[in-house]
Amino acid sequence: MAGYVLRRFLQLIPVFLGATLLLYFLVFSLPGDATAAICGEKGCTPAVEASLRAQYNLDQPFWMQYLLYLKGVLTFDLGTNFAGREIATIIAEVFPTTAKLAVMALVFEAVFGIVFGLFAGLRKGKIFDSTVLVVSLVVISVPIFVLGFLMQFVFGVKLAWTNPTVSGDASFTELLLPAIVLGLVSFAYVLRLTRTSVIENANADYVRTATAKGLSRPRVVTVHILRNSMIPVATFLGADLGALMGGAIVTEGIFNVNGVGNTLYRAVLNGEAPVVVSIVTVLILIFCLANLLVDLLYAWLDPRIRYA
Amino acid sequence: MPENDKALTPASRGKVSPYPIEHFVADVEETPVQPVDSSTADGAPRSIWSEAWRSLRKQPLFIISALLLLAVIVVALFPGLFTSQQPNDNCLLANSDGGPIAGHPLGFTQQGCDVLARVVYGTRSSLMVGLLATLGVVVVGGVIGALAGFFGGWVDAILARVSDIFFALPMILGAIVVVQLPFFRENRNVWTIVLILVTFGWPQVARITRGAVLEIRNADFVTAAQSLGVSRISALIKHVVPNAMAPVIVIATISLGTFIVAESTLSFLGIGLPPDVMSWGNDIFSAKPSLRTNPMALFWPALALSLTVLSFIMLGDALRDALDPKSRKR
Amino acid sequence: MRFTRTSKMLSVAAVAVLALSACGGGDGSSESGAEGDTNRVIIADGSEPQNPLIPTNTNEVGGGAVLDLLFAGLISYDADGKPQNEMAESIETEDAKTYTIKLKEGKTFSNGAPVNAASFVDAWNFGAAAKNAQLSSYFFESIEGYDEASAEGSEVDTMSGLKVIDDTTFEVTLKQPESDWPLRLGYSAFYPMIPEALADPKTYGENPVGNGPYKFDGEGAWEHNQEISLVPNESYEGPQKAQNAGITFKIYQNDTTAYQDLISNNLDVLKTIPTSDVKNFKNDLGEDRSIESPYAGNQTIAIPYYLENWSGEAGKLRRQALSMAIDREEITSVIFSNGRTPAEDFTAPVLDGYDADLPGSENLEFNPEKAKELWAEAEEISPYDESKPLTIAYNADKGDHKTWVEAVVNGLKNNLGIEVTGKPYATFKEVRTEATDGVLTGSIRSGWQADYPSLYNFLGPIYATGASSNDARYENPEFDALLSEGLAATTVEEGNEKMNEAQEMLLEDLPAIPLWYQVAQGGWSTNVTNVEFGWNGVPLYYAITGK
Repeated sequence: MAGYVLRRFLQLIPVFLGATLLLYFLVFSLPGDATAAICGEKGCTPAVEASLRAQYNLDQPFWMQYLLYLKGVLTFDLGTNFAGREIATIIAEVFPTTAKLAVMALVFEAVFGIVFGLFAGLRKGKIFDSTVLVVSLVVISVPIFVLGFLMQFVFGVKLAWTNPTVSGDASFTELLLPAIVLGLVSFAYVLRLTRTSVIENANADYVRTATAKGLSRPRVVTVHILRNSMIPVATFLGADLGALMGGAIVTEGIFNVNGVGNTLYRAVLNGEAPVVVSIVTVLILIFCLANLLVDLLYAWLDPRIRYA
Repeated sequence: MPENDKALTPASRGKVSPYPIEHFVADVEETPVQPVDSSTADGAPRSIWSEAWRSLRKQPLFIISALLLLAVIVVALFPGLFTSQQPNDNCLLANSDGGPIAGHPLGFTQQGCDVLARVVYGTRSSLMVGLLATLGVVVVGGVIGALAGFFGGWVDAILARVSDIFFALPMILGAIVVVQLPFFRENRNVWTIVLILVTFGWPQVARITRGAVLEIRNADFVTAAQSLGVSRISALIKHVVPNAMAPVIVIATISLGTFIVAESTLSFLGIGLPPDVMSWGNDIFSAKPSLRTNPMALFWPALALSLTVLSFIMLGDALRDALDPKSRKR
Repeated sequence: MRFTRTSKMLSVAAVAVLALSACGGGDGSSESGAEGDTNRVIIADGSEPQNPLIPTNTNEVGGGAVLDLLFAGLISYDADGKPQNEMAESIETEDAKTYTIKLKEGKTFSNGAPVNAASFVDAWNFGAAAKNAQLSSYFFESIEGYDEASAEGSEVDTMSGLKVIDDTTFEVTLKQPESDWPLRLGYSAFYPMIPEALADPKTYGENPVGNGPYKFDGEGAWEHNQEISLVPNESYEGPQKAQNAGITFKIYQNDTTAYQDLISNNLDVLKTIPTSDVKNFKNDLGEDRSIESPYAGNQTIAIPYYLENWSGEAGKLRRQALSMAIDREEITSVIFSNGRTPAEDFTAPVLDGYDADLPGSENLEFNPEKAKELWAEAEEISPYDESKPLTIAYNADKGDHKTWVEAVVNGLKNNLGIEVTGKPYATFKEVRTEATDGVLTGSIRSGWQADYPSLYNFLGPIYATGASSNDARYENPEFDALLSEGLAATTVEEGNEKMNEAQEMLLEDLPAIPLWYQVAQGGWSTNVTNVEFGWNGVPLYYAITGK
């Protein structure tokens, strides 16, 4: 097991190199001249454009730009964005809020998705099952920019249960509504995955054995059915963490959260390669760790799975 | 399972159920070996798929969802049958956000276009985006995930790490790059959107498939098949994959809906279908600004989308039931 | 009070161009003593400044709004765009080429440093020098010696046209006479800076020290992407004296979000009602908490001359046809709920010299029959290449262009029967680069927000041959000549006449199709009052008070 974990950590090195190279190349291939983003609507003179290009290494060929960036990373200098701010500072600013938001969303979708999915699966075809099906249909069919706006308008503005936007402190109560909005689509996935797995496992031999042995229904449900239904759900949740952190562009925009998603989005729009690559690299690290955890969880959920 | 032996002493683990235990000894009907006992030795072995099809045909869930889907497909193929209006012409601002009137049963959009015509004509692109993208991610993600999970070791290491990299790439970044590739630059269409969605959607399916395959590959029937001399590849295809399908079907049916919606988000970012291509995603996005004044313009395309997703989810459920011999018997 | 110039016949000596007395406030909106609670800190919406807050390096609204409160230039503009003296005692000239600028005595920056001639001259030299790569450098282009200092790779860091005479006097020599030059001096690029700023602009830009009505609320008042807190600067005396206890700019990623905060009273002032709420805001807020105030900005569609369908005599007819096929009245009323006004020229109504009845302005009136006739006429000259249908390019990342572009597209299809489509671009820089490189495949949404209140600002930078924002690649020597004549005119009135003559050519040629003038639609919370918007669509923050 320890050897497996160590190998997984070593694998981070090629992942890091591959991902940064690919990312840098993608940003490099973005259409348009990055100086056009800096200069804005009114543009600036060719001389100013030339200085800006030199300042941000934009006049260098792709390989040179990438190597210069790598050199910076290895000397713990991530560089600056086009506004002259340290990328390390930006990362320190946005990641804590986003991490809080993502974890809250993850807990929401995991708890509600699993509980609702479990009951829907156990009462397959009954009224509860149909009700959650309709709920998940709504969540799937209405885009987040509509659902988020509606929830903000109803709970934030009309009922005033919470602030419609998130302040700089990003307290727990403020993040509650955005976290629910962010977790909604994934909630539908978790719910359906749990439901299907539960249905599949409810007929399994070991469940019958357990029931036959005289175990109580709650125990059979939680220990035998649920535990064995968790592999696809755990896989999904592990993979979802990365998506929740980096992909919350719309939700962060609606609730004015100063987070990773929007910082990344703006950097992509401006073509700020060092910012994009640095942020996504952090995301990849988080993501790989989450996946490693999930893989280790497999062995606990299903002892037949072993890593050597 | 470690707790099984201990569980026999009620004091140490769990409680004895207060209810009468119904199935202490399973009745004959419930005994899993029964079908084997009654099988004719000289009958041709049926594959899991034909077995599934036989059971599928008889399921009401399948019949309903298939009919619903058929209706959607007919609308997609022959939109002209369902509305006399042309969707993109005669959008008059004078009708902006107007309610239903004769000849326009669902009212008008903010631009004064007929809502019914737009929903009907939007079916084709939306259905294509949803179906093709789902097919793409299931094929790409399914193959990669199954190989990674089944073979493990270095195959898993490489494939899983590649999928990690792809999963972390921001879709918006990749999408902007794809859209400006010379081939797509001047003719952005359904295929562009599908390519983007598949490129950034497959890792999810890959991870789910890998997890499911990891679980199944150690099952007794796989070991049994392999010890009977079945090759690893055919064990994977014939025994592991069909039994690992359930979570993949779930992910696929839901993704079908989210892909159709994602097209709308891509429009929001300026990289979706061109504005003159009708799609539910485009409609929903265009209706958002007037949501408070004219919510029905958003309701109808969202409803069409819901029904389509519903039919696929039910179809997926039916298929899953059919593939699972345990839930099939009565 | 306008920039008037007394005729040379009256006096041989220098005449005060900007001899403004204390009564120059205009409509009295900025007068102190308006009722209201002056102890309230006003929360206003803002956007994250794209660069450190350095006057010469800020060319966007997010940073501009903050700078305008932190700094005071030689002059400032009142609510109507009329200039009023700030730091300047007088700006005098005889030939519109050499200006002598006298500063008021005893003015200081908020850190106590004096505002003297060098504060201006050094800041302007810094802004123009190529080695400093300041985004607003082109604002100094009229000054003699600009070309040497701003050339690529140049090490020259002073402009020969700037001369310090004494502590409070300096002289500016332009390359050629420009009568409206002093009008620009209220723009942020011309603000004074302390010497430390020029030595280390990045550090300074995080905690700028200015001479305006407000100052930073201590070090770190700028919490990036969250808020910027300003408090009144006690050492400031002038027409923009703060009537509140401070302005906190809360930074929003989009207006829709800010609007939700406004109607829940979490935000005091919102300067732009989002397009999605133009139909709701008067209901949500009531007439007494909302405003529609025209400002110096417009929206156009530029059609490049390098597109074959749109060049030559046939192109000109087609441009006119296109313009007449757009029902500006209907679009502004339906899509914007009258939050825009149909355009009648290439500038904006709030400007001095604006004329709604210029010959040729009938080309901007909705007339579908005439449009079809003109189109048919063009067909006879040279047939329209149907394989290259018209597109209207816009960017999807900033601004809210999709809705109106679609309305224009539908209108053109209905009224002219040609194929037109909107063409969204994911990023601003992509469409901007194509425009700059001259490789657009169709028309492009365009428009202008005034830097300073002058007709020339709406014409020179956009339609002069080779101008930086000339996306249409319009080239007309006669037009250029009229602009030069207008600039060299001895009075502003005379200059405006020339500018309007030049506009007549634009109305005939239509390098861009003017659509509408901008109207600031804003709103405020129940906690504040005395909210008024300026000539540039920005609230007069200093005048806002609590209730």
